[in-house]
Amino acid sequence: MALMSQETKLALPREAPTTLEAIRLFAERRRSFWVVLSLACLFTAWEIAGRIPISYAFPTFSDTVAAFFEMVGDGTMIRAYFLTLQPLVLGVVISALCGIGIGILMGLSDKAEWLLAPVFIVLQAAPMAALVPLVTFIYGIGLTAKTLAVIMLALPVIVLNSYKAVRHVNPSLVDMCRSFQGSRRQQIFKIIIPDASPVLFAGLRLGVAAGFIGVMLAELLITPTGIGDLITYHRSVANYAHMYAAVASIIAVSTLTLAGLQWFETNILRPEKRRK
Amino acid sequence: MTIQASTAAAQFDPESVTTDDSVVRVEGICKRYGAVEALRGIDLQFERGKLTTLLGPSGCGKTTLLKIIAGLIPATSGQIVINDRVVTGPGPERAFVFQDFALMPWATVLRNVGFGLELKGVAEGERNRIARNYIEQVGLQGFEDKFPHELSGGMRQRVGIARAFAVNADVLLLDEPFSAVDEQNRRKFQEDLLRLVEIERKTFIFVTHSIEEAVYVSDRIVLLSPRPGRLARIIEPRIDRSASPDEIRRDAAYLDVVEDIWQSLRHYAE
Repeated sequence: MALMSQETKLALPREAPTTLEAIRLFAERRRSFWVVLSLACLFTAWEIAGRIPISYAFPTFSDTVAAFFEMVGDGTMIRAYFLTLQPLVLGVVISALCGIGIGILMGLSDKAEWLLAPVFIVLQAAPMAALVPLVTFIYGIGLTAKTLAVIMLALPVIVLNSYKAVRHVNPSLVDMCRSFQGSRRQQIFKIIIPDASPVLFAGLRLGVAAGFIGVMLAELLITPTGIGDLITYHRSVANYAHMYAAVASIIAVSTLTLAGLQWFETNILRPEKRRK
Repeated sequence: MTIQASTAAAQFDPESVTTDDSVVRVEGICKRYGAVEALRGIDLQFERGKLTTLLGPSGCGKTTLLKIIAGLIPATSGQIVINDRVVTGPGPERAFVFQDFALMPWATVLRNVGFGLELKGVAEGERNRIARNYIEQVGLQGFEDKFPHELSGGMRQRVGIARAFAVNADVLLLDEPFSAVDEQNRRKFQEDLLRLVEIERKTFIFVTHSIEEAVYVSDRIVLLSPRPGRLARIIEPRIDRSASPDEIRRDAAYLDVVEDIWQSLRHYAE
């Protein structure tokens, strides 16, 4: 009898789950629920603010989405990204390869540290936007100048983080590798780089984010091309929905790139992080 | 009957196992860190198949001495001779067990245990076979595919010990291996270590700051005194290991040795 009553008690909530409980269960199972909810709140607020309107130059969310699809439809958005992605991808790839390389070298060798660390510390502290006109003066207004602007912003962050990552490798693991007669090469590739990879990747994410800043600076300060051109043009003709669509799209691309990097790190490089 | 008696006699005759069979010789080792003198004139011999403990208060340089024997730290003067060969760096005849385990967090238990073999270029199938054998020896079967953060402190150190065994070194160097393990697991661990000493017939050099631990597991205890680290005394507890662990811990001889060591060390305590 006692058993039966217990069973019915257990069975009750399962038979009649309230809507609220269903949502709670769903949210527990899928983490992305909160991301979607947070974005939904933001977009609703945007829509309301646009409808009041808080400013003549502030379009509603729905107008912005419509403008986005219009620009995708007529091909302007795709052409713009084709232009913007060239210096961005080129600059980020160069910065990532050179930055991680230089950073690891500085972490491993005192001489390299002595030679290069001050340069990158100054570069990181310098307000790079102020140097962009200088780049234009030397390299003109083409792809080189824009790629250079991306590198100038992304490289110091990646170098300094990679350097720190290597310097903070667990010394006990290095001793362990030595005690089993690991060669210097094995020490670097089997211990130092894997152990440094979380900080290395954090630096890479910051570097990529800085690269996005670099490309926008270049496109707004040097000559308007790509997304920078879309923003400048639609602002000048007061097409605010289109301007916001361009701005929001570059933010979305940046966010997705960083999320992709994070996914790559946890799933490919550090499999133990998936298990909590 | 006579055969039995003679084997028994051989077992208890110290001469039969101590006939200049030293694996590790420490000859006049000194170590300075700038103006600080860490070790002064250490001369020691470690016999094959024996477990020797380096015991002393903090600052006596016991871990430094162990790391010099391991070849991880260079000595300022003096030399380390292993199997009649002077060594200057780490070598295949020694394996180290770290106080903080030194496990690779990104690798499974299986890969961690086989890592010493991996560095030596042993093929994957072969090293996994050896690793599985030692994982079983230390009682971790079923945990091969777990990552270190999924294990308790005691289990992590079992991985560290299995890794040291897997490379089949003559000498095992253990740097306070149980200090990060809780008390209950520590006792179990000490018992398991004694069983492994019995099975593996290797030379163990063990660093600890626990007097009880030293007396419980050691054939010989080397007492070091601090600032600078020097040899103070060498004690051979001669405890009958055939008794059960609980009996040993209540044995009068065991308690006497513990007390004796405490008397030698008490004036170093602050």
